[in-house]
Amino acid sequence: MPKVIHVTGDDVSTDAIYPGRYMATVLPTETPQYAFANDADFNARLKAKEFPAGSVLVGGNNFGCGSSREQAASCLKGYDLTIVAKGIARIFLQNAINLGLKVVTVPDVEASVGDELELEGDRLVNRTTGKSFAVVPLPKARQAIIDAGGLIAYTRKRMVEAPAR
Amino acid sequence: MGKTVVEKILARAAGLPAVSAGDVVEPRVDVAMSHENAALVINQFLEIYEGTGREAKPWDPSKIAIVFDHRIPAESPKTATNQKRIRAFVEKHGIGRFHDIRGDVGGICHQILPEYGYVRPGQVVVGTDSHTTSHGAVGAFAFGIGATEMASVWALGAAVNVEVPRTIKVVVNGEFPPFVGPKDLILHLVGKLTAQGGNFRVLEFHGETIRRMSTSGRLAVCNMSVEAGATSGIVPADAETLRYLREEAGVTDPLEPVVPDPDAVYERVVEVDVSRLEPQVACPHTVDNVHPISEVAGVRVHQVVVGSCTNGRLDDLEAAAEVLRGKKVAPGTRMLVFPASGKIYQEAMAKGYVAEFMRAGAVVMNAGCGPCLGVHEGALGDGEVAVSTTNRNFKGRMGNPESEVYLCSPAVAAASAVAGVLADPRKGR
Repeated sequence: MPKVIHVTGDDVSTDAIYPGRYMATVLPTETPQYAFANDADFNARLKAKEFPAGSVLVGGNNFGCGSSREQAASCLKGYDLTIVAKGIARIFLQNAINLGLKVVTVPDVEASVGDELELEGDRLVNRTTGKSFAVVPLPKARQAIIDAGGLIAYTRKRMVEAPAR
Repeated sequence: MGKTVVEKILARAAGLPAVSAGDVVEPRVDVAMSHENAALVINQFLEIYEGTGREAKPWDPSKIAIVFDHRIPAESPKTATNQKRIRAFVEKHGIGRFHDIRGDVGGICHQILPEYGYVRPGQVVVGTDSHTTSHGAVGAFAFGIGATEMASVWALGAAVNVEVPRTIKVVVNGEFPPFVGPKDLILHLVGKLTAQGGNFRVLEFHGETIRRMSTSGRLAVCNMSVEAGATSGIVPADAETLRYLREEAGVTDPLEPVVPDPDAVYERVVEVDVSRLEPQVACPHTVDNVHPISEVAGVRVHQVVVGSCTNGRLDDLEAAAEVLRGKKVAPGTRMLVFPASGKIYQEAMAKGYVAEFMRAGAVVMNAGCGPCLGVHEGALGDGEVAVSTTNRNFKGRMGNPESEVYLCSPAVAAASAVAGVLADPRKGR
């Protein structure tokens, strides 16, 4: 069962997730090394591959606010993390969906590092504390992109079916 | 049922008789803007075509704008190589709206787009930059997207699966007191709405204060709408919009302003009276941590920054130069000025502002994003404090997580440079 590996406060910006000084690095194979680069300890633990795929980062309100830089989503996707947050800023949410980074909005989520979380339909269950929380469905417009496996695959399919207007 | 301005713009762009908040539409895109992150857009764009047997060609190069601004002149071989790749792509596909690193036509993307008349009322504008919200200042629906989403726009000519946003109506009335202006208004509003109060929503601006405001001021207000989390800010086009586009941007084509219906449905209405507003300051480390200057004056300042897509226009430079006139930047404080475009830089020279800055001890840098996002010049030392007219003060924003950034107007920034501490420009005059 996926475990919580990190818990943040509110308003974690894309500057915190992927500092501006690394923006010249764009390849999804190279961006993960700079994930949370200003938090030396967490960055080192990510790079040491301490966390299995599917591990959960729990964010507060307004997670991913600020810049539209897509590296903030690709660097976390590189570690196959799942983001569970009380609220997620629009552009980061869309970038995550477009790249296939798993994101879940759970306004009342309560979880600590080490807790085991599981999605059950429209609820998120904290198996460690026994509490469960309502999940906010993704914007309906985004589901088709997830179903297609990301925006590149979705666009490719759409382009073949119906070219540009 | 009446429609908001964005509902009307999206209906037209999607070829539908009407749309309402919550509908999913595919608007055709009128302007698709990128800066240096076009390097990533190009990668994603080419990947879309892999295995399709089709040639990777953008749907309409005349609708793509690429403006180098984030790291100019290049700070590293990596950036220079990205810029080189982008130039080759621009050349190959005949992208005319390309603004390279130049003193004449270069500048910050959010200044270049209105300055050259690329953005118009009623358009759908997307940009791979969160401050694309700026272009709501001329009555366009303009919003930031990621690089992969832009690659999809380049391929399809439309933004796929856009959910029509709900709209918050912001009504601003009253006359600004001396040394208080658009930047103070938007800081106050972000504080009031909070940093996520506008998430997935549009801020539609109305009221006599907005009607009287110049397009420059409206650009600052719409620019920072994203700091309340908003998808976009928008001022429905009016006489000032047409004046700006005709007289300043030199637009001669027909313009079709789109305005909301009188009975449009808003999620809520927020009213602001600016007649008693003090100069506002956003304190570390969130943009919604806003206080009047009287509460925070006196904080020791090491670096003052005037410029950016928020406040690097001619009236901003004028306000800062006026405060500096006959005075000096305090010892122990450094002041950096970044005009928003080459054109503004030249106008500021002609009007004597550049000379005034240099005489006072400020350093005037080339037009660009400069130190705002901590990728280039103007880094802060450990424990240092910056007072800046830029738009974000997140921890580490200016490149050093051990520093602090306060956001304010050009007048407050200049007064702080003279005093060496956060200072009220209304004092001592």
